[in-house]
Amino acid sequence: MTSPQQEDALSLAEKQPAGNVGRMKILIIEDDLEAAVYLTKAFREAGIVADHASDGESGLFMGSENTYDVIVIDRMLPRRDGLSVISELRRKGIHTPVLILSALGQVDDRVTGLRAGGDDYLPKPYAFSELLARVEVLGRRKGTPDQDVVYRVGDLELDRLSHEVRRGGKEIPLQPREFRLLEYLMKNAGQVVTRTMLLENVWDYHFDPQTNVIDVHVSRLRSKIEKDFSQPLLKTIRGAGYMIKDEG
Amino acid sequence: MSRFWVLFKSTAVRLSALYILLFAICAATLVFYVTAMSERLLSGQIRDAVAQEVTQVQRAYDAGGMNLLLRTMERRARQPGANLYLIAGPSGDILAGNVASVQPGVFEEQGWTSVPFSYQRYTDSGVVGHTAIANIFVLDNGLRVLIGRDLGEPERFRVLVRQALMIALAIMGLGAIIIWFGIGRNALKRIDRMSDAGKKIMAGDLSQRLPVGGSGDEFDRLSVSLNNMLERIEKLNEGLRQVSDNIAHDLKTPLTRLRNKAADALDIEDGEVRRSALEGIISESDQLIRTFNALLMISRVEAGSVAAEMSPIELSAIVADSAELYEPVADEAGMALNSEIEPGIEIQGNRELIGQAIFNLLDNAIKYSADTECAGSVSVKLRRRPDGICLSVADHGPGVPPGRREDVLKRFVRLDESRSKPGTGLGLSLVEAIMELHGGTLELSDTEPGNAERPGLTVSMVFPARPA
Repeated sequence: MTSPQQEDALSLAEKQPAGNVGRMKILIIEDDLEAAVYLTKAFREAGIVADHASDGESGLFMGSENTYDVIVIDRMLPRRDGLSVISELRRKGIHTPVLILSALGQVDDRVTGLRAGGDDYLPKPYAFSELLARVEVLGRRKGTPDQDVVYRVGDLELDRLSHEVRRGGKEIPLQPREFRLLEYLMKNAGQVVTRTMLLENVWDYHFDPQTNVIDVHVSRLRSKIEKDFSQPLLKTIRGAGYMIKDEG
Repeated sequence: MSRFWVLFKSTAVRLSALYILLFAICAATLVFYVTAMSERLLSGQIRDAVAQEVTQVQRAYDAGGMNLLLRTMERRARQPGANLYLIAGPSGDILAGNVASVQPGVFEEQGWTSVPFSYQRYTDSGVVGHTAIANIFVLDNGLRVLIGRDLGEPERFRVLVRQALMIALAIMGLGAIIIWFGIGRNALKRIDRMSDAGKKIMAGDLSQRLPVGGSGDEFDRLSVSLNNMLERIEKLNEGLRQVSDNIAHDLKTPLTRLRNKAADALDIEDGEVRRSALEGIISESDQLIRTFNALLMISRVEAGSVAAEMSPIELSAIVADSAELYEPVADEAGMALNSEIEPGIEIQGNRELIGQAIFNLLDNAIKYSADTECAGSVSVKLRRRPDGICLSVADHGPGVPPGRREDVLKRFVRLDESRSKPGTGLGLSLVEAIMELHGGTLELSDTEPGNAERPGLTVSMVFPARPA
């Protein structure tokens, strides 16, 4: 076991909002035991309870018998293929959000994974921070149907119908892309969103942007929504991504 | 002997044996047909001659009775090479003629003898047999007259023709065998040489090539195409070796650095400092993961496994999006990003991959021309060209000397030896692989040819024009 000090250093948990949706409970279906142990531990440090199943059949059983917020599933599993587990769950009327982990390619396999009923797709190798951010977004998505017309974070307001952004009653003019960026951040307020997630959801490209493209866009947006205001809203989470949150 | 069997196993020799057999059958049939026909022709002529004489003799008998008949026959019998003339009594005993004896029973027939019969001449000693055919007719006084012709001549002719044909056939057959054996052996030798070369290649010497005779025949064509294949394999193999060398080298360095950083972090007492050290380790590992992802991506694109996801995509929109995405990045670097995009250009492709390729080019253009003192601008152009659709990204940086253009497309090759700029060295390799997948090409050229100081680099992705 690592010492508490080291755990602290490794953990991203303390940067995360502790339990604003209660304690999340997830199921990890992964046949690589070492990876599973690491994931379970890392999720626990992030305040998420994680069960583990080591093959497709037991994964399907656990997923059908218990209620989870998110299921993280490896695509290639013994006894039952990951995609077939997902289709079977969906057939049984279980709509728990599923995140597929795969060592397979990122372009076409992603599409097949999502077609099979998966909600998100993360190619291996991945950074844990990326997985954590995606799991948290998926877990929260389940609770709140996306029906709000106006998103609010502190004194910042975004109207999804009129495409207007106001802060403290003052309108902030944004480019269409900046609007979508802010919309996605605010939709997931209090959650870490990674650069890859932003590229996926705002620009609709599904790969690792490699460089600081996203950072530049975020910092432009930040300067627009934080200029003339003392209270910062848009935070950079080192090693992970961004989060919009009212800490006032 | 075993050599013979090996030879016989070769297709050429087996085929030739079959040819020879067929040829022999045809030739034999021909010989028999020719001799039979000529025999028939000759015997026809003989019968005609005999029949003519029979008429003449009968006419003589009618005109001058027995007397004239005998005189006519005597005169004719005395001529050199005379025919057979016989007069026999009603019981078949010979009364007169130029023949000593005939096969018994000949006189029982009338008209043409059904089969050739044997006879003896007066000059014959011993049992030398002659054969003849004859026409026999009966006079009104009961005497039988036989006029016939010896068959020796046509028989000799038949034997002669048959012999000549047989000899010719034998010579032809022998010639065919020699020629085919020669060819078969030659073919066998060449195949042996090819399989020897093949064995050497299998043993690992990929530089070996199959022998090419230079005659341009089937063997040469086979050798040439196999050699081309070997060339390709050797090139791929070489590429693979180089890539694994590079991977080993390029991954060893950051892994070592990572390990050292982790070891250092163990000794740090201060929590804050240690946290930042560990964060450094994480970002270092992220970079490694990126490299791996890029490598995987390239090999997947090269394997063509993403080809299934091709669909009509609007290139103009993708380029416009990319320009919009990178405009702030260029701005941050103190440059302008100009775009000239011809609207409405569609291609068959994979949006993700094309997007990634454009991102990589824009990224490179901004990265490598940013810190030069008069950075200038980066421009993106999308336009139709006669030879296809050209998407180019031009910068005003230091450029790539013509001699190194091929190198920069290779995996892990970076002109910046010090590796002072972040990057995996895989960007252009990926772009090239993506272009290959789309049936297009990647062209590298100077943005400002002639500007020796800062020629800049223009990278053009040229897609084949879509058939209308």
